[in-house]
Amino acid sequence: MGQERIVGKPALRKEGMAKVCGRAQYIDDLTMPGMLHGATVRSSIARGRILGIEFGEGIPWDEFVIVTATDIRGENEIALINHDWPCLAAQVVNHPEEPIVLLAHADRHLLPKAVAAVRVSYEEWPAVFSMEESERRDPVIWGEDNVFKTFLMEKGNMDLAWAGADLIVEGEYTTGAQEHLYIENNGAIAAYSAEEGLTVWGSLQCPFYVHKSLVKMTGLPEQKVRIVQVETGGAFGGKEDYPSMIGAHAALLAMKSGKPVKIVYDRAEDMAATTKRHPSRVRHRTAVTREGKLLGAEIEIALDGGAYSTLSPTVLSRATIHAGGAYYWPNIRVRSKTLATNCPPHGAFRGFGAPQTLFAMERHMDHVAEALGMAPDELRRRNFLRPGQTTTTGQVIGEDIDLQHLMERALAESRYNEKRERFARENAGAGLKKKGIGLAAFLHGSGFTGSGERYLNSLAAMDMTGEGKARVLVSSTEFGQGTNTILCQIAAETLGIEYDAVEMGPPDTSVVPNTGPTVASRTSMVVGKLVHSAAVGLKKTLLASGLLREGYSTEEFVAAARTYVARYGQLRAEARYEAPPGVHWDDQQYRGEAYAAYAWAVYVAEVTVDLTTCGVTVDDFVAVQEVGRVLNPVLATGQIEGGVAQGIGWALYEKVVWGRGRMQNNQMTNYIIPTSQDIPPIRIFFEERPFGHGAYGAKGIGELPMDGPAPAILNAIAHAMGRQFDSVPLLPEDIFREMTVREPEREVVAL
Amino acid sequence: MSPEHYALRVNGKLRKVDAHPMARLLDVLRFDLQLTGTKEGCGEGECGACSVLMNGELVNSCLIPVAQADGAVIETVEGLGEDERLHAVQRAFLECGGAQCGMCTPGMLVAAAYLLRKNPHPDVAAIREGLNGNLCRCTGYMRIFEAVERAVSG
Ligand code: FES
Ligand code: FES
Repeated sequence: MGQERIVGKPALRKEGMAKVCGRAQYIDDLTMPGMLHGATVRSSIARGRILGIEFGEGIPWDEFVIVTATDIRGENEIALINHDWPCLAAQVVNHPEEPIVLLAHADRHLLPKAVAAVRVSYEEWPAVFSMEESERRDPVIWGEDNVFKTFLMEKGNMDLAWAGADLIVEGEYTTGAQEHLYIENNGAIAAYSAEEGLTVWGSLQCPFYVHKSLVKMTGLPEQKVRIVQVETGGAFGGKEDYPSMIGAHAALLAMKSGKPVKIVYDRAEDMAATTKRHPSRVRHRTAVTREGKLLGAEIEIALDGGAYSTLSPTVLSRATIHAGGAYYWPNIRVRSKTLATNCPPHGAFRGFGAPQTLFAMERHMDHVAEALGMAPDELRRRNFLRPGQTTTTGQVIGEDIDLQHLMERALAESRYNEKRERFARENAGAGLKKKGIGLAAFLHGSGFTGSGERYLNSLAAMDMTGEGKARVLVSSTEFGQGTNTILCQIAAETLGIEYDAVEMGPPDTSVVPNTGPTVASRTSMVVGKLVHSAAVGLKKTLLASGLLREGYSTEEFVAAARTYVARYGQLRAEARYEAPPGVHWDDQQYRGEAYAAYAWAVYVAEVTVDLTTCGVTVDDFVAVQEVGRVLNPVLATGQIEGGVAQGIGWALYEKVVWGRGRMQNNQMTNYIIPTSQDIPPIRIFFEERPFGHGAYGAKGIGELPMDGPAPAILNAIAHAMGRQFDSVPLLPEDIFREMTVREPEREVVAL
Repeated sequence: MSPEHYALRVNGKLRKVDAHPMARLLDVLRFDLQLTGTKEGCGEGECGACSVLMNGELVNSCLIPVAQADGAVIETVEGLGEDERLHAVQRAFLECGGAQCGMCTPGMLVAAAYLLRKNPHPDVAAIREGLNGNLCRCTGYMRIFEAVERAVSG
């Protein structure tokens, strides 16, 4: 570490100049000759049978392209894990805003009126709108029991834990849906001709997911479907699954009309119709000794998956594995399930299930500490995972981690102990502003779970362009996190040339190999490693050709590469994923190496609660993390800060209001995200411990910061108020309601 | 209503358009004048992605009917600067990581430039207040504050 020229330095964002000049082209900035605009007619009810579709008066319908499910030539399905998510509802609808009819016209101003003029009549069926109703199977709306997926994960013997416990502490924790609120809404353009096949340009994370889905939906051969990602204005998981839907819709209209078709949602449609973070309910029952040794945990997880299973099984998997947090549990049993309800499907959102279960774990730790009369930091200190111990899946911690040190640093930077004591003293006074400080310690697994990376079998490549630039060829996409920059840094470092001599290939499925999806904090660690290997290959080829000698300059490298290309046609190297040694995973028992590496963190939040307004402000936020090697300090800091801000939003501001399965507040006016005046100073600290199997020691970073803020903030509020809140979002009205009732007794069983 | 003729001075150039009087200035800029740097995030005056200067004042162009902008002087991100001639805030955003996905960036840059025009030496509180009409979902704002501070100190 420290020898590198480019890695670890604040290289400027590759596409940064285009972005600050307003030149970057997002989907709605593009038009094509003869292009039509598309719009979607959606279900107005939660569940029922479609009886008929009428096209009302006053609209020149013969000018419109009209598509229904009967126009689909392949499978009427968005391909993810199961086969239940239709591209267009055919006979039945299962949630409000489910797409039924597609319309296209050259004049986009005519579309809203036309959409309103399509009348769908239904036979309405009973529906379920909460996990509790879903559990009661009243009625059954999916499969045999409304359950998309369950897991049971066990380690040790819980009977021993109960038998040895001095105390048993119980708690229930819930979290709400969260809207991604990327500033750019979902959008896609499709064009089709019999010779060229289908091309879809879109705002998206995973070109090959869309590719797979559209091949299936259109029935076209693979090479006749091409997906191109254009500049993408934020995603956060929200453009992992849904682009397959909007891309399919644009494709259907383009194939029927023979003209390019653009569909770009407005904010209201995007918020009402697309996926959100899964609401959750987590129950904990913990066996602990008087000395604060955790003996065992029984954890029950339920996630609301919405009307179709989409990505819910994998979200549940990550939720399950992260449920025990950053602690050593000699015995643990985690049961989890994801349930169907009649609202739009919930999907991927930064953290992917882990924020929900870590919120529960970290609130619960404070409850256990309180039951023991022990300081929250002390209980954590006594139970942190240490090298050589095993996680809940039985994975031996092989990395040289030191969570206690991370926590001590976070406590020192936030002056936690001093403030904890001072605030408690001052809060006892009559003042109406109460202050609190709280912490959360947690982990986040990098990359796909278990055997996921092995199944993906990702391929990356590098080549040289005609202009003499080294080019990174991957399907990993940029949507703000810094993929372009990080991968070019790795490539430039490895090739031994300047950062400016490297560029990204186009994120186009007809050009780049399948490096897997851009999700799961896998890009720096997994894809970065592949780019590193491809760069090594490229350099070796060039050196072996005799055109280049060690000790070369960038200019010499470029000259040699150009000669090579002129002589042999192309210079290209590929690298395929290889699992780090010792990674074994049992998908049935949920045992083994769940992730090749984990990122670790301790966050501290300081808050003020105003008892007059019931408003909470976060005054200070300290985020200490160990993410392996930091490849680019400016980008990494920005990732953490952005994630913390989203976490603050999830904790204190962002409430999705549901009415019969439909989001009622689908406007930025009514769904509040933090502004520049709501965010405290966020102070970021990295402990750098390079990970042996990532590119230059990197681990995942993007999702980690979503996990900590909510529990740290609610722990701080509990400290400030002496009252316990176990649900997010926590809005002033929730605090007000709680202040008008007496604090209920918490379940603590002394044995 | 049928289209009317309008004339606007956009980034120093006189531009004529035929548009419906109620057409949004945002759409006129983006679709009639092909100045797609200005973005739409919400269309309801909440996010500031569509921020431009109209006669020297910061406005949400999604809320301005073009009839109201007739004869006005409009400045957009494209007029701030480019490549070798970047505005100080553009350079600072690039260096400090003020742009991630870049979708809020044009509006944020225009708002930041406006802030510095009104108040050449804002403190952090003034920066936070000056940018509170521009939402960013990616950065958590810290890099943006730092960028504006750097633009101030040169
Ligand atoms: S698009 Fe104008 S304020 Fe959001
Ligand atoms: S950089 Fe993405 S919204 Fe601000």
